[in-house]
Amino acid sequence: MDFMGYRRPDGRVGTRNYVGVLSTVVCANEVADDIARQVDGAVSFTHHQGCCQTPIDIARVTDTLVGLGSNPNLAAVLLVSLGCESTAVDAVVARLRGTGKPVEVIGLQDIGGAARTRAEGVLIVQDMVAQASKLRPEPCGIEHIVLGMKCGSSDTTQGLSATPTIGVASDTIVAAGGISILGEITEFIGAEHIVARHAATPEVAAQILSLVDRMETRAKAVGCDMRGGQPTGGNIKGGLTTIEEKSLGAIAKGGTAPIRAVYEYGQRPDVKGLVVMDSPGREPEILTGLAAAGCNVIVFATGRGAPQGFPFVPVIKLTGNERTWTHLRDHIDMSVAGIIDGTESLPAAGQRLVERILAVASGERTRAEITGYSRAMDIYVTGPVI
Amino acid sequence: MQRHAIAIKIQDNVATALRRLEKGETAEVGVGDRIVSIVLRDAVEFGHKFALRDIARGDDIVKYGEVIGRATADIPAGAHAHVQNIESLRGRGDLD
Repeated sequence: MDFMGYRRPDGRVGTRNYVGVLSTVVCANEVADDIARQVDGAVSFTHHQGCCQTPIDIARVTDTLVGLGSNPNLAAVLLVSLGCESTAVDAVVARLRGTGKPVEVIGLQDIGGAARTRAEGVLIVQDMVAQASKLRPEPCGIEHIVLGMKCGSSDTTQGLSATPTIGVASDTIVAAGGISILGEITEFIGAEHIVARHAATPEVAAQILSLVDRMETRAKAVGCDMRGGQPTGGNIKGGLTTIEEKSLGAIAKGGTAPIRAVYEYGQRPDVKGLVVMDSPGREPEILTGLAAAGCNVIVFATGRGAPQGFPFVPVIKLTGNERTWTHLRDHIDMSVAGIIDGTESLPAAGQRLVERILAVASGERTRAEITGYSRAMDIYVTGPVI
Repeated sequence: MQRHAIAIKIQDNVATALRRLEKGETAEVGVGDRIVSIVLRDAVEFGHKFALRDIARGDDIVKYGEVIGRATADIPAGAHAHVQNIESLRGRGDLD
């Protein structure tokens, strides 16, 4: 036994057992939030998309909602719709029911306003929680870990300590048959030749380089130096000078395992091992993308102290910055500052992180969960609002 | 010996401060297994970088053994090396 998880009808394993209340469009967010707030055991997912966007982005919203609803940390799903949005709500329902979990949908324009929808939604979600709470966690192997990796509010300690620690943990999990997902394509810029060297095949290497080129082309299209946006103002205060330097630290999260495949944003991996997923570096979009891809635990390296978690996937924060560890204790789960001052080896820190991942997968709560700082979420779209 | 700063690869021409370093201070820099002493020409904040040797305008800046940017001014050994004297070579929509 490696951890205690919740087995779902489709064979996937959850590390949490929530009922998800998912808004299908920005216009239904308030009601989704209200319903989840009134039922213990429910969490809501809200975002700013789902209408007045290009068909490409609408398809992205539809697919991402399917991915989020399918996440094994959710036992059941209530979709909250307005009624006139572009999101393909019927398709989301049909595809989610394919997972075997209970799925219902309610709409404001159908039921007749927020008050009635809220009341009906609360009753549905209460029943869903009652059913979900009958489930008991069971012993599961480490191969059921789907690990999302992220770094944010970065400084120069990260590339020396916290991101290589994640790399060690990722290597351990993929060696045991699990999945580990590396995103933040912006933070491959300047380091993509190194990432591509880890590709399992020349095709995967070409796909990685193509993703990076697509991201950089998009950034350059606005006609200015992206420095200040990436690296951020805070990164620069932390000593990071260029995106190349930030990227060389960020990619250490991938460890040494071969990269098996490359996926679009929010797409669920169909292979085991280390994989790459298209996403920007900003927290709401990548945390949502990792959750949609099926991650049941996320590890997040932060030098300066990023507070964000995610509503239904535990996010473990680690820092190599001693000041951040002591100064921002309510947001950080683990310090690896010993690597910087020479009191802890990288393999020892990596092993400690693996143990922490399995403890959190078994129910130990993260700081983001305890503080309730878990509303960093949105769906990554690339086209205009029209 | 206590390290005040670290360079990751032997070919790096910048080092990262492991604590705030003062102007005029002699920093002991870990470069692989060796310790190199550098007299600082500027104060350098925790996590910020300084030149390990004289870097000429237009030279590559090397950290992790990789190019992380280009010097936009001469950066003498011991000087703070950051956005005021290093430019990125990537994401430069302003150059196209």
